[in-house]
Amino acid sequence: MRIRRLVPALAVSFALLTAACGDSTSSTKTPAATGAATGTKTPAATGTGPGVGSKKVGFIFVGPKDDFGYNQAAYQGSQAVKKKHPELEIITAENVPEDDNATRVMEKMISDGAKIIFATSYGHLDPALKVAAAHPDVVVIQQGNFIQTAIPKNSGTYFGTVYEPVYLAGIAAGKSTKSNKLGYVYAFPIPQTIANINAFELGALSVNPAVQTYVVNTSNWCDPAKQAEAAKSLFAQGVDVITQHQDCTATITKAAEEAGKMVVGYHADASSLAPKGWVTGSEWAWSDLFNEIVETSIAGTFTGSKFNANYRVGFKDGKNPFVQSKFGPAVTDDTKKLIETAKAAISSAQGSPFKGPVLAQDGSTLFPAGIPDYATVESKNTVFVKGVVGQLPKN
Amino acid sequence: MSLGSEVLTGGVRGGTSILFAALGESICELAGVVYLGTEGSMLAGALAAYAVAAETGHPWLGAGAGALAGGALALVHAYVVLSRKANQLATGLVVLFLGLGLTSLFGATYVQAQAPSFRPVAIPVLHSIPLLGKAFFTQDPLVYLSLVAVPVIWWIISRSRWGVLLRAAGERSEVLVTHGHRILPIQYAAVVTGGMLAGIGGAHLSTAYTKAWFENMVQGRGFVAVAVVMFAARQPFKVAGGAYLFGAALALSPALQARGYGINQFALDAVPYLVTLAVLIALGRRRSADVPEGLSKVFETASAG
Repeated sequence: MRIRRLVPALAVSFALLTAACGDSTSSTKTPAATGAATGTKTPAATGTGPGVGSKKVGFIFVGPKDDFGYNQAAYQGSQAVKKKHPELEIITAENVPEDDNATRVMEKMISDGAKIIFATSYGHLDPALKVAAAHPDVVVIQQGNFIQTAIPKNSGTYFGTVYEPVYLAGIAAGKSTKSNKLGYVYAFPIPQTIANINAFELGALSVNPAVQTYVVNTSNWCDPAKQAEAAKSLFAQGVDVITQHQDCTATITKAAEEAGKMVVGYHADASSLAPKGWVTGSEWAWSDLFNEIVETSIAGTFTGSKFNANYRVGFKDGKNPFVQSKFGPAVTDDTKKLIETAKAAISSAQGSPFKGPVLAQDGSTLFPAGIPDYATVESKNTVFVKGVVGQLPKN
Repeated sequence: MSLGSEVLTGGVRGGTSILFAALGESICELAGVVYLGTEGSMLAGALAAYAVAAETGHPWLGAGAGALAGGALALVHAYVVLSRKANQLATGLVVLFLGLGLTSLFGATYVQAQAPSFRPVAIPVLHSIPLLGKAFFTQDPLVYLSLVAVPVIWWIISRSRWGVLLRAAGERSEVLVTHGHRILPIQYAAVVTGGMLAGIGGAHLSTAYTKAWFENMVQGRGFVAVAVVMFAARQPFKVAGGAYLFGAALALSPALQARGYGINQFALDAVPYLVTLAVLIALGRRRSADVPEGLSKVFETASAG
């Protein structure tokens, strides 16, 4: 075991110690009077499925709630549920690792009365399924992963089609670059990330046939020092527009601004960190989806609903929870128009960022002619497309 | 830029936080105290530096605050192990968690704060030396501080009267007593100085290298520093070499990837540790003779207990 792996592990033990004392799990209680006075907005139970009539909703996050990124967005979603449903008690737990500790935290939430649990990190899936199997009356729903087996009656996964706005951001990047070299710093080669990198390059290619995307991975969702070094290495190769798939995003954004390069955001609007170099980006807006999942569960109709599946929602449904960030100063009106056109195209039945034929890096066909559906896109993005420079980490 | 130059430059940049912490740990260990809380002092330094730089607008004030915060945490360690005679290794880990917990708690508000940072400054003439000029003389002011610290600390340890007292406290404390010196103040001073240096290392991470504060951002570099100290037998110049080796190993991965090479990230991450292990095994016998006597007692007590 590497020494640095030990630190988070030990940190977790520490977090659990404090959690046992009730410190790290914060719950927001609403005075009972509020719920009674305003009247409950929760739908009346029409079914008897898991989660029915729950008074509490639990959320676990792999990182801290203010990371300028993924966890912050999910946390804001949980607070949107609280805002719309003041009669519910929202229990949140930060820094929950993707192992048996997650099981324990979720079990604690359930013993405290939560019948709806959101496990919001990719690696929370296995613990979530374990907890779901042990508590058939509790909805345990996971964010971003994919259940490969038969889907339990009280579980499911949900996600936005992240690669759609990333494709549009790729168009902006492809039009902005002078060196025709884009950079992508990512954490791990999971399909979601590979789909993003590919969509970014394909979006850029659609407006600039000479553009290439250089990739560097850090093997860590948030190690700012590795991010700083990755950005330096990419800039040294001539990259002038950089983007990332990391949980904490400030370091790379600032590195780009300081080096006079351009940056495309991910997870959150970080344009304040790069007033000159900000191009655009993609960010989460979870509130509506979270509320719908909670309302469906409380009504007792979760089982058999669209959420009792690997639920993916994108531009084609008109309500992708992953939306495009605002444009930076250097993006021209022409580019904005190109993006609008492309957005209309990929929102229609005849469009997709992965509209075939799409070639893989080695020249073989990754997507044949035609429009792949969301599930196909997710399952087939295991290699880079042509135009990406760099290789997936070897095992 | 050539691969060699890029990795060397990245190695100095990335190794500097480890270098500060390892210099500090060397001083602690020479006085007979192992401080495994180095990681905690680095975290305290990283947060204090970033927070003070954000509040005051001055990165140097931040670096000063980083040193104080790192030293303050080390003072806890010093009190518990020196005055209360607790087990050094266990105490060091507890102090690390104290640092991790406190910085996570108080650091949350600074994750989104903007702070001024140290900028790279090229040193006239020196920066044009081939290869080494770019690596050593186009860096930020804290890197230059570390370049000065290495020979100064070497001189203090090996040539000054303070160094004699320090080493005597770690090797043969009874000699000090015979000569009418008190051991405790020397050891306290060593541990707190060590913590302060680790704090400056943390300050380099947050206010010069990454320009951000994030909880647990040190990511094990404090333990790397402790490993470097073993590897380098508490000798400042060797410590610098070890720190840059780790830094270079971290810089090698993105430099290769950005050139399109496929690498095994996990194997590459393990390289510095494997090198350390190999060196420790190869030099094991000689090393044990080099270890300050007071220090070997720590490990013997630990293994006996």
